[in-house]
Amino acid sequence: MDFLDILRTALQQALGPTAIVYALAAIGLNVHFGYTGLLNFGQSGFMAVGAYGLAVSVVVADLPFWVGIFFAFLAPLVLAIILGLPTLRLRADYLAIATIASSEVLRLIFGSVEMKDTFGGSNGLTGYSSAYKDLNPYSGGLDWGFISYRRDDLWNITVGWILVALCCLVVWALMRSPWGRVLRSIREDEDAVRSLGKNVFAYKMQALVLGGMIGGLAGLYFALKQSSVVPTDYNTNLTFLAYTALLIGGAARVLGPVVGAVIFWFLLSGLGEFFSQMTRGTDPILPSWLMDQTQSSLVRFILTGLALMLLMIYRPQGIFGDRREIAIDGR
Amino acid sequence: MVSRLIALLAVTAALLLPVAAFADETSSPSPSPSESAPAGEQVGDGTAIGVTLSNASETTEEGTPEPIPGVTLTVTTPDGEEVGEAVTDAEGKANIPLEMAGTYTVTLDEDTLPDGTELDSSTRTELEVKIVIGGRPTFVAFPIGVQAAETTGFAQKLVDSIVSGIRFGLIVALAALGLSLIFGATGLTNFAHGELITMGGVVTYWFNRDAGLPVIAAGAATVVVSALFGYAQDKVLWRPLRRRGTGLIAMMIVSIGFALFLRSIWQYTFGGQTKTLDAYTTQARKSYGPIHLADKEIAIILVSIVVITIVCVAMMKTRLGKAMRAVSDNPALSASSGMRVDSVISNAWILGTALTGLSGVLLAVNSQVSFQNGSRMLLLVFAAVTLGGLGTIWGALFGSMVIGIVVEVGPTFGVPSSIKEVGALVVLILILLIRPQGILGRRERIG
Repeated sequence: MDFLDILRTALQQALGPTAIVYALAAIGLNVHFGYTGLLNFGQSGFMAVGAYGLAVSVVVADLPFWVGIFFAFLAPLVLAIILGLPTLRLRADYLAIATIASSEVLRLIFGSVEMKDTFGGSNGLTGYSSAYKDLNPYSGGLDWGFISYRRDDLWNITVGWILVALCCLVVWALMRSPWGRVLRSIREDEDAVRSLGKNVFAYKMQALVLGGMIGGLAGLYFALKQSSVVPTDYNTNLTFLAYTALLIGGAARVLGPVVGAVIFWFLLSGLGEFFSQMTRGTDPILPSWLMDQTQSSLVRFILTGLALMLLMIYRPQGIFGDRREIAIDGR
Repeated sequence: MVSRLIALLAVTAALLLPVAAFADETSSPSPSPSESAPAGEQVGDGTAIGVTLSNASETTEEGTPEPIPGVTLTVTTPDGEEVGEAVTDAEGKANIPLEMAGTYTVTLDEDTLPDGTELDSSTRTELEVKIVIGGRPTFVAFPIGVQAAETTGFAQKLVDSIVSGIRFGLIVALAALGLSLIFGATGLTNFAHGELITMGGVVTYWFNRDAGLPVIAAGAATVVVSALFGYAQDKVLWRPLRRRGTGLIAMMIVSIGFALFLRSIWQYTFGGQTKTLDAYTTQARKSYGPIHLADKEIAIILVSIVVITIVCVAMMKTRLGKAMRAVSDNPALSASSGMRVDSVISNAWILGTALTGLSGVLLAVNSQVSFQNGSRMLLLVFAAVTLGGLGTIWGALFGSMVIGIVVEVGPTFGVPSSIKEVGALVVLILILLIRPQGILGRRERIG
């Protein structure tokens, strides 16, 4: 049992690339759920089309890298419009149903044998990220003794936090604009906004597209830092974890999802490492009939599910949020 | 009519030469361990499972077994995570590169066997392979019985797929009824519903394999457990939330947390593998005129029809059914007319979860048990209730039959069978565009 080691792993992960992926995904969800009150349960679908937008256009269609980036933004935009058109006029559950269903179907399509030539089957696609890697200005890694990052990760982290900062800036600027105020009033009372002559459907659609594209960016970044896109990475758990990250930090706050993602990933990787150490070795601390190595990686997800429920019940505003802002109900 | 043939599926797991050799690396896995890790990121240290699939009874001119090309093989870890997939080539060979040593399960996709070849009903499509890096190459071979099926015409395929669509639709209908009952009583779209389906399969497996009950008794016990779980779930989680005045949107987020929680618990306790019950796993189909059904399939169809009929009649005729419909129509008015809304809702949870559990039991008997059984069904259940109309009993039934048939008939018209669920999503999106309240739903429900 090495608590220093657990702390090191947790801290390293909390600032590392995976936490950034969740931060970006949660920023997108924040635009949907926090500001507009839209229930998107398929953020993993937006992330998947973002990632595959890049990978397919570079690897399969043999287009230049930057064109691939363009498609990575176009794909979530199109997905948002397809999902928004039928559901945004209806009650909130319909968007939730359509998004969670489409994210599962997209995962099945991307992993299907029949479309292996396009999407690479369950092995996914690789070999699109060299242009991104070549931009790496660092010559070596970073070593602060306690935490250290390899050269690749250092570049990933730099790019990632810049992207997070840019997204936060965009969200901050938009949400203090008149446009953002309309979004928030839609969340509070849709009919009141409609009676003031605003086109609620159009505003919701814009919010869905914006949040979806930030989700696509999360997928794109995920694909770049991982150098491979694999369909199983984009399952519904990803969406649920992003919701947990968002709710920890506090919805409807610009920095809520970012802080939430860092804390969430700190706890998640800390717990992962803790239970992994508890079950490691020939004579583990926890008896193997209770928990083995494979099971030890699942405990944290059980706890995450529990945390998501308890957060929503007892502290829906998270750490920074305002309870009044998140008292969403109705449609 | 059916001639029995024997084929040999030889699975060889070994250390192969580095990446470049993969293309040619075929029948005899090289025993020489690779000295340097290959460059490719996906390939890890050059480990792979090599599979040779051949039909031992049909020999080529050289006297070697006839290879079976075009068959999909999937490799999964014990966690159920897919790590590789390959299709056998003209020589019946496939290589699936792996990242690390460990125990893997190789699964053969029956749907991709060439026309005229069918697996014998007594054999499994899965094989567990243990790979030890640095050790001697492991050779595993296991025989698979193959029976030559008559090449079927389009009309026969259509009939077959409609029949299996009806069967599958009935399983979906049980779960959809459960979802609709709960939605009707509480207004909550329960996103943890898939995990309740999974529970049906998992608990049946425990009763059957660990407690030693016969499958039928295990299934019945599971339905009872599901009903209890439904009661407990309402008592512990949802009723306090209603008391607190938690909004529906907040409850939906609670339900995804609950889904993640339950799914991880099933994976923790049940494991990631796909397992089978101890009886009725494979049964040969018998012919009834143009329809071919195995005994267990007939049982599944009968059980679902009987249960669905009883539930529908009960909803129409009994006091409880009328109370449930009244609460679903207008909870405030029902409460002021002296109905105990809370106990009606509690009954809806009990009945709904029991029906969903039964759906999971039948799904387990129909195919296999895995912790992901339910999450894959969830999409179909949602599509079914949306198509029929959220919260309506007849709508759930009708929608499920349509979805079941669309999903199963799709492959006959060229929809790839591994993504046949796509049809359900298309139906879902279309119905939301054209008639969002669903075919039998009412306008005021949609918001």
